[in-house]
Amino acid sequence: MLAWTIYISFLGAAGLLLLPKGSTIAARILALLTAVAGFAIALAAFIQHRSGELFTITRIPWVASLGIEYRLAADGISLTLVLLTGIIAITGILFSWNIQERTKEFFAFYLLLIGAVYGVFLSYDLFLLFVFYEIVIIPKYFLIAIWGSTRREYGAMKLAIYSFAGSAMVLVGLIAAYVEAGARTTSLSDLAQYPFSPHFQMAAFPLVFVGFAILAGMWPFHTWAPTGHVAAPTAASMLLAGVVMKLGAYGCLRVAMTLFPLGLGPWGAHHLGFGSWRDVFAVLAVIGIVYGASVALVQKDFKFVIGYSSVSHMGFILLGLMTLNQIGLSGAVLQMYSHGILAGLLFAVVGRMVYNRTHTREFAALGPMNLSKAVPFAAVTFVIAGMAAMGLPGFSGFVAELMIVIGVWRSYPLLAIFVGIGIVVGVVYVWRAMQKAFFAERRTESAPPHEPLPPISFPERLGAIILIAASVMVGIYPQVLLNVIVPALNSPLFAGLRQGSWQ
Amino acid sequence: MIPIDYAQLFQLASPEVIVVAAALIAMAIDLIVLRKRPTCIRFAVAATIAAIGCAAAILRILLVPDVANILDGTLIANPLVHLVQIALLSLTIFTLVLSVNSTFTQHVGEFVLLILVATAGTMFLVASQDLLVIFISLELLSLSLYTLAAFNKRSLQSWEAAIKYYLFGGMSAAFLLFGFSLLYGLSNSTSLTHIAGAIHGPSLNPLLVIAIVTTTIGLGFKVAAAPFHFWAPDVYQEAPAPSAAFIASASKVASFFIFFQIMALGFAGSEGSAALPHLVRGWVPVIALAATLSMLLGNLVAIRQTSLRRLLAYSAIAHAGYMLLGIVAHTQQSLAALLYYVITYALATLGAFAVIAVVEDQRGSDQLAHFDGLSRQAPVLSVCLAIFILSLAGIPPLAGFFGKFYLFATVLASTPRPVELLWLVALAVAMSIVSLYYYLRVLKRVYVAAPSTDVEPIQSPALSQFLVILLAAAVLLFGCAPQLLLHWIQAAVQSSGL
Repeated sequence: MLAWTIYISFLGAAGLLLLPKGSTIAARILALLTAVAGFAIALAAFIQHRSGELFTITRIPWVASLGIEYRLAADGISLTLVLLTGIIAITGILFSWNIQERTKEFFAFYLLLIGAVYGVFLSYDLFLLFVFYEIVIIPKYFLIAIWGSTRREYGAMKLAIYSFAGSAMVLVGLIAAYVEAGARTTSLSDLAQYPFSPHFQMAAFPLVFVGFAILAGMWPFHTWAPTGHVAAPTAASMLLAGVVMKLGAYGCLRVAMTLFPLGLGPWGAHHLGFGSWRDVFAVLAVIGIVYGASVALVQKDFKFVIGYSSVSHMGFILLGLMTLNQIGLSGAVLQMYSHGILAGLLFAVVGRMVYNRTHTREFAALGPMNLSKAVPFAAVTFVIAGMAAMGLPGFSGFVAELMIVIGVWRSYPLLAIFVGIGIVVGVVYVWRAMQKAFFAERRTESAPPHEPLPPISFPERLGAIILIAASVMVGIYPQVLLNVIVPALNSPLFAGLRQGSWQ
Repeated sequence: MIPIDYAQLFQLASPEVIVVAAALIAMAIDLIVLRKRPTCIRFAVAATIAAIGCAAAILRILLVPDVANILDGTLIANPLVHLVQIALLSLTIFTLVLSVNSTFTQHVGEFVLLILVATAGTMFLVASQDLLVIFISLELLSLSLYTLAAFNKRSLQSWEAAIKYYLFGGMSAAFLLFGFSLLYGLSNSTSLTHIAGAIHGPSLNPLLVIAIVTTTIGLGFKVAAAPFHFWAPDVYQEAPAPSAAFIASASKVASFFIFFQIMALGFAGSEGSAALPHLVRGWVPVIALAATLSMLLGNLVAIRQTSLRRLLAYSAIAHAGYMLLGIVAHTQQSLAALLYYVITYALATLGAFAVIAVVEDQRGSDQLAHFDGLSRQAPVLSVCLAIFILSLAGIPPLAGFFGKFYLFATVLASTPRPVELLWLVALAVAMSIVSLYYYLRVLKRVYVAAPSTDVEPIQSPALSQFLVILLAAAVLLFGCAPQLLLHWIQAAVQSSGL
């Protein structure tokens, strides 16, 4: 049943293309219905599989002579992310209710992207996973290049090339692993159990991990993220930051770390003070946290603040993965969910509620508009989203970051200090953005009177409320997700990781 | 003296005979009956007769699948040869359909005749393991192609391209013949298997080195591998669309197949190795070098192109580089991968040329600027063009992706340790990132750019549209269900025992 999240999205995309020319409203409604149906299926599966253990959805031979199967399966981690995808899909459509130009095509590309994202999260065969992973690139490119804003063609191409470069690295690693294991199977669990030599794992792990981490915005390969996010239309930035970056993090955990657990082990010698790839990536993640937050602090463009904050928050996920203890890993998965929701919300406020009304994102121009009076709903939403992004208790971000910090404290006590700095800077940049955009003092009373901004529409309110609720629910009762994530991390798939270097 | 069974020879050659007979009938009817009629009717009739001839040849192959080997490989029939011949005939049929709406010539009968003669050349080419027959079929093919490339007499550039093609072709044929003559001198035989037995030895004979290099030059020219590619951009750009499509599809399939066969069979025993850093002398490093150059040059130069046909020419050079990896690996599996790759590549390229033909016909040229906003004027054509281009770029779930995956996997699996050829595969994958850039630029024109306001809407002829949709469906189908084509290829390769 869960497989229908994929099919229904693709069918919805095809259905949209068949609509007669100019049917804007029908296109929106069809897209929304498709997204809601996908979410409903995801939710039903989530409720049904409370244990979080792995279950197979579909398994049929695909290219039998090469051992490639069409195999879909899900465990607690996939279920969490599938649920996130469903929420973001619905709210993304609500926040694109105002798209007038080429509406049909917009939602067709959008649903194609959503379907492929579901596909990545549900694939249990590496070939299949890679197929879905690459399908994501193309609709992403067109969504930005056609409907985007600032430097959209540049941003779109940069994003596409970075993603493709990442997936090329993954492809080389996967083909090498496939051939090394005798070219008989591409099943994730079979390959994870194959005893690759430590030498091979040491070489393949960084290749595949970095390949995926490019899409997760790991410093110094993050530069596509701010430009891409800023250029993208609102719904596409929500998807990019909300779920597409999670694809990268998911790939790091699900593919790179399970296939090559020995690649995380110590080299046996120290180079530049690093003792293993794990140290290297942990440090890069921390640099990402602090660097992203610091750069967000000095941006003049509202959307760039959010773009860099994504880099910072994604750093938490990668760092959580590198802690290799249960609390850190669970925190990382929880952060995937949390950041997906919050980044979606922040981009919705900036891109849709503010930019579409004021047609500027410069703080200097936004300040005099007195937005807290003009669009109070946007101001309130941003304050809530900002509080959640800072990691205040009661929101999902708090639980996730707390778990990651505890995990880091156990594995890398020294790095925990830098993480603390990153969190403090995070508070400051959110505060600064909030103050400059919404609560700036009016400098002169004789500012030219603006056209009254159009009020916040119903779809926007609904979307904001859904996202805030999704964050608060997990913030207040994190067990709802942790109950499925933790058993998944204890499943046989991660056995190699636990035996190798788990602490 | 071996007695020759002419009846059997005729029986084995009957598919080719059917094709040639169809060519003569098509020309005769065109010249005798239809001479005064409008070009479109003449093209329709001639192409129909020719297509029926090709279909009859396919049926003949399918219904009477002989297995035979006459005179030490002078003419061979086995499932693998049949498979390649069927692919060639199908591609010819698509080319004929594509030519129906052409207006570039009054000499319809001759055009169709030449296409079919070229097809017969490719069919003999793939059905032989004898140097003489290979050379003669190759020349039959090449001479037809030179004329086909020059067929648009109104265009000076078409002439220029054909002259270039002819001069380069003549030179490379000389190299090839020189190489073949050395091989004959070394082995006293023209049969590939005998040659391999005779030249086999612990060290490489210097004459053999020359033979390897000159043979690679001759065949590298046919497949448009760098640095023997100079004819390709001009011919792709200036030749009439159906000729260019045929050169880019059917001729490629046949040339790659025979390239693999000559290297893997004829030079068996002097392979050498391309594993870095311990290169071993032999023909494999030579091919690896050509592959490397083709991948680099094709992909990097394609970035700068402003004409879609020229872009496809450089991308063809790049793809020739990828496919040469299949020859570097020279295993049964890599032959299957190579065939899958080249057949699906031919389908995608043919489709792209069909779309170009429509746009050229309406807008006057294939400049990228003329594709601006195509998606809003011809949505169906645009979707199909996107499928072809993305398949060439290797995006799943299209056939090009599976082709690359399978080819690269077989290349790595061809050596005892997978890392030995990893550098070639890594280079190929890295270059495919570059290729995505220029392929996306084409699609950006089609989908993102605004259409210029002063152009007429595109009217695509029903037949072209049908052909384009059919090819796009095939590319999608073979990508989603590779097994359909693959199990056939694998069974054929295994039974042929290459």
